[in-house]
Amino acid sequence: MFRIAWLFFRVGTLNELQYRVNFLVQLLKSLITLGTGIIGLEVVFSHTTTLAGWTRPDLLAVMGVYTLMGGLINISIQPNMTQLLEDVQQGTFDYVLTKPADAQLQVSVRKVQIWSVTDILLGLGVLVYAVTQLKEGPGLLQALMFVALLIMGGLMIYSFWLIMTTGAFWVVRMENILELFQGVYQAGRWPVAIYPNWLQVGLTFIVPVAFAVTVPAEDITGRLTGATLLETLAVTVLLLALSRWFWRFGLKRYSGASS
Amino acid sequence: MKDLLTFYVQSLKTSIMSTFQYRTGQAFYILGMMAEPVIYLVVWSTIANAQGGSIAGYTAGGFAAYYIIWTLVRNINIVFTPYGWEWRIQRGELSGMLLRPLHPLHYDLSFFAGMKVVMITIWLPIAVLLTLVFHPTFNATPLSVIVFVFALVGAYLIRSMLLWLLGMITFWTTRVGAIYELYFAFELLLSGRLVPLALMPGWVQKIAAFLPFQWTFQYPIEALIGQLSPVQLFEGLGMQVLWIAGSFALLRLVWHFGVRHFSSVGN
Repeated sequence: MFRIAWLFFRVGTLNELQYRVNFLVQLLKSLITLGTGIIGLEVVFSHTTTLAGWTRPDLLAVMGVYTLMGGLINISIQPNMTQLLEDVQQGTFDYVLTKPADAQLQVSVRKVQIWSVTDILLGLGVLVYAVTQLKEGPGLLQALMFVALLIMGGLMIYSFWLIMTTGAFWVVRMENILELFQGVYQAGRWPVAIYPNWLQVGLTFIVPVAFAVTVPAEDITGRLTGATLLETLAVTVLLLALSRWFWRFGLKRYSGASS
Repeated sequence: MKDLLTFYVQSLKTSIMSTFQYRTGQAFYILGMMAEPVIYLVVWSTIANAQGGSIAGYTAGGFAAYYIIWTLVRNINIVFTPYGWEWRIQRGELSGMLLRPLHPLHYDLSFFAGMKVVMITIWLPIAVLLTLVFHPTFNATPLSVIVFVFALVGAYLIRSMLLWLLGMITFWTTRVGAIYELYFAFELLLSGRLVPLALMPGWVQKIAAFLPFQWTFQYPIEALIGQLSPVQLFEGLGMQVLWIAGSFALLRLVWHFGVRHFSSVGN
């Protein structure tokens, strides 16, 4: 399984490396997005010193995690799911099914948009800066936990997106629902604690933004509780299982593009 | 002149019918767009409440009003994307448009205006829902409502022409992504889209006063929610007229040179 993933990754990256100018373009775009985000933060902090208990370095850490997670999503999850949706709509999904490897694996790893690594680098940069500003920096255990939480958050977003895209087997025109997700994901720029309760529930269990961004940020800023950690683990496993089950359910029902 | 009017009426009708077919897609798009203003709304209401009720003249209810009307103005601001120019030129559509008797700008203006009609009908129930959830405080007067309608038209025209100007850069180069992203970033910050300009530092407000952005976004919002005095309302309309005239003049100029460059390279 990992050999196939690595193979796709290598080929995809080598292909993209030919277009080095795209790196600069992507870097500029990432910088502009990050810049406006930071300016937004600065405007907020010109009027207050804390936001729902989160200080400026805390929120910078959230922004770092948000950008970092966004980079991970844009490198792998987004291009793969978009391609899957297109394939189902165009009928070329059948070619995936004719290959010997597991279909879910293929559609999840075959595309790589390597230049989005700029977001990962910028996000890390902001995160490191934020950490230096915190009163209590994270210890080694917290840092390791952070990596684990990032991976879990990524897996949750992947599962969620896969479930949505699997819906394309029935509701072929899924783009609009996916656009809805893009909009909701932006809520991750801020810790979910600031939103009204009903919205927090939605951002945790319906679209797992809270788990993907706020929880790792909580870990870095020393707010993470054991309960949240266990919740994160449980929901990750649940979503992975659910997405796998739904995928196989959809495949069985899939009637193919030709007769 | 009468022909132009006839064209607009017909084009509007066609556009409305065409857009109506995609109303579900439109509805989802508008729903997805709600995330951005709701996030801003929540953040600023939280801060306002923590700071003793209001910041820079906006209470939590004031912010709610601002960002709910924001959603309408944001939709009015959606016009032909400058990124679409490369697409248009490559497909030969632009050459086709040049063969027709009217300036291509009219096609875009009328088509997108038709879209707004459908959009408003989708927007209304969403706005009602937002009002029920976030409890905005409005101080609108009949005058402010009338000015608001004119301000919306003005905002639409200004932004259409400004983005047309941006799009025309494609006549000379296709490496436009960075320029556009930079433009949109400045627009986000200086138009009142991110936050009401009153919350920005003084020097930012001074710079914004020389730019057209706030007349496409913040001015219509403030006109409706009752933040402006009658004098300010009419001053704002005046500024819009100024920017419409200015951008139109610039557009005609750039178009003249752009089309010549386009034709000289061959269709």
